[in-house]
Amino acid sequence: MARAVTPRRKALNTALAWAIGLLIFFPILWTILTSFKTEAEAIASPPLFLNFDWTLENYAVVQERSDYMKFLLNSVIIAGGSTLLGIIVAVPAAWSMAFVPSRRTRDILLWMLSTKMLPAVGVLYPIYLLFIRLGLLDSRAGLVVVLMLINLPIIVWMLYTYFREIPGEILEAARMDGAGLREEILYVLTPMAVPGIASTILLNFILAWNEAFWTLNLTAADAAPLTAFIASYSSPEGLFYAKLSAASTMAIAPILILGWFSQKQLVRGLTFGAVK
Amino acid sequence: MSMQRVLGATTALTLCATAVFAQENTITIATVNNGDMIRMQGYTDRFTAETGIGVEWVTLEENVLRQRVTTDITTSGGQFDIMTIGMYETPIWGANDWLVPLDDLSAEYDVDDILPAMAGGLSHDGTLYAAPFYGESSMIMYRTDLMAAAGLEMPESPTWAFVREAAIAMTDRDNEIYGICLRGKAGWGENMAFLTAMSNAFGARWFDEDWTPQFDGEAWANTLNFYIDLMNEAGPRGASSNGFNENLSLFQQGKCGMWIDATVAASFVTNPDDSTVADSVGFALAPNTGLGRNSNWLWAWALAIPAGTDQEAEAKQFIEWATSGAYIELVAENEGWANVPPGARSSLYETPEYQAVPFAAMTLQSILSADPLNPTVDPVPYVGVQFAAIPEFAGIATQVGQEFSAALAGQQSAEEALAKAQAITSEEMEAAGY
Repeated sequence: MARAVTPRRKALNTALAWAIGLLIFFPILWTILTSFKTEAEAIASPPLFLNFDWTLENYAVVQERSDYMKFLLNSVIIAGGSTLLGIIVAVPAAWSMAFVPSRRTRDILLWMLSTKMLPAVGVLYPIYLLFIRLGLLDSRAGLVVVLMLINLPIIVWMLYTYFREIPGEILEAARMDGAGLREEILYVLTPMAVPGIASTILLNFILAWNEAFWTLNLTAADAAPLTAFIASYSSPEGLFYAKLSAASTMAIAPILILGWFSQKQLVRGLTFGAVK
Repeated sequence: MSMQRVLGATTALTLCATAVFAQENTITIATVNNGDMIRMQGYTDRFTAETGIGVEWVTLEENVLRQRVTTDITTSGGQFDIMTIGMYETPIWGANDWLVPLDDLSAEYDVDDILPAMAGGLSHDGTLYAAPFYGESSMIMYRTDLMAAAGLEMPESPTWAFVREAAIAMTDRDNEIYGICLRGKAGWGENMAFLTAMSNAFGARWFDEDWTPQFDGEAWANTLNFYIDLMNEAGPRGASSNGFNENLSLFQQGKCGMWIDATVAASFVTNPDDSTVADSVGFALAPNTGLGRNSNWLWAWALAIPAGTDQEAEAKQFIEWATSGAYIELVAENEGWANVPPGARSSLYETPEYQAVPFAAMTLQSILSADPLNPTVDPVPYVGVQFAAIPEFAGIATQVGQEFSAALAGQQSAEEALAKAQAITSEEMEAAGY
């Protein structure tokens, strides 16, 4: 029998949820607020919350100094391309592990996840040399492949978890009706796992969008995405916090908007199969 | 179309695009984000108009830039035609033949006009490998009003004993005024740049002539104990996490009586748009202890050409333009003499208009008083004032900096930090074969 929740407890839970939400969101809010301050106001002590002279000057300076659209386009192509490529590779892999498991399936899954434990800098030089040989340095194609490989374990794991929730009997029925492997994955499995696939796509798009190690180390002038755009405003010798905040706000705005509009899908996918 | 074909086609398209870019006579420059460099980016259209050479900028934060250009040059990646590097990297990379020697610059460029200290620090075996865009030393920036209120007068070349006396006299913690602000944040270019320069004045050195680490000596103990005691008596709270920017912020808000840091900070603290104390700032040489060395460092951000670039001639043309006397005049004409890149050319300090800039004379005096070949009292086997120009230094000094920062934070004693520094340095140097 479900325990009744008192109005007081409900209010407390709501307040707690809001407090945690605000705490998590506060650094982003502070960055956005700082982007509208002058450099002097950005470092004022005590800090100024809303009582400052709001200005768009930092955005104007950033726009004048940098080609934002070029960085944005690179981010969209690199994050979108790596996510799409990852899904294409991961769906068959997750299908085979979920529906045709072998004795080693669990070991393979754990091994895949263990590759995430390797510090990226440990393989910087081999990857860099490989990119030189293949002519992929400072190319979007190279970054698409690298980011796809980095996120592939997570994509496979997520899809595997979602696929495991789908009864195998449904796929068997499809096979009995004459569906081949391609039809089975495309027309039966995929539509049933849409919430899971959508949340996987969203999460991996966000991960690829925010990835800063490889995108900074493997790009120069042509393929640099928004992470490089932000890095270009960070300075250890000079107080440019307001401009840095404006650049950061411009870099996170697209992904924040995307996350805002797809939050229902994201939550639905992430909690898919959580309650049996 | 198979996945292989899609990937192959994408790679081919990328290669074609790269080839097209290369044919457009465009050079790619990796640089840091600071005021002078950003200003230069604004003028590159003029360079392109004069020469027909396009310029692509890759601007990165200092530490990211170091990692990025080091990876590229050690692997012959060829991503950049010009790299912005400092006095630490230049002699090491020059010795490895990773840089194009700048020994054939035009007569108009007047290479002899480069300040000798800068040219020396950017050379290897007498050959210049990077042209200084701007140079800096460190000096004392102090509040003239607080100094007067304390009844003291700052000498042109004060001792550390005087600085301590003044710092204690100016400190008013109830009103958040701290007598002295110094770097405490860990890092070879952060607290270790300051402490190594400070240790020179106390007669300390990183290594003796046989490359034996010297942290177990009396001179280092005197340096670190003096620094920690001074900061405890007159420094701001949480100083162990303060670097250049944090101290600049404190000084501009009127919370520091004295600040010893890079000479380029002078233009920030005297700018009334950003600084609340712009009209009451004085300058003095970094302190000494009477042993013949001051606590100031020497640094330059310089432009170098990586060996193997296929745009060497265009890159040299750009370097000649950007580090010339004519460029300085261009900036002066448009933005005033206080905003020109300082510390690189002798002729700048002979210009009457620049001599009128309040911090110009002290900057030059500080630069001239630093000697990278003889940085401290006793002879050393390395080149560099606030660093030792060997590849192992950055890694070792970062670890040592963490120990010193922990000592400043009160997590361990100065003696413990020095013992750990000695052990770390000995182990790393032994492993490196010294």
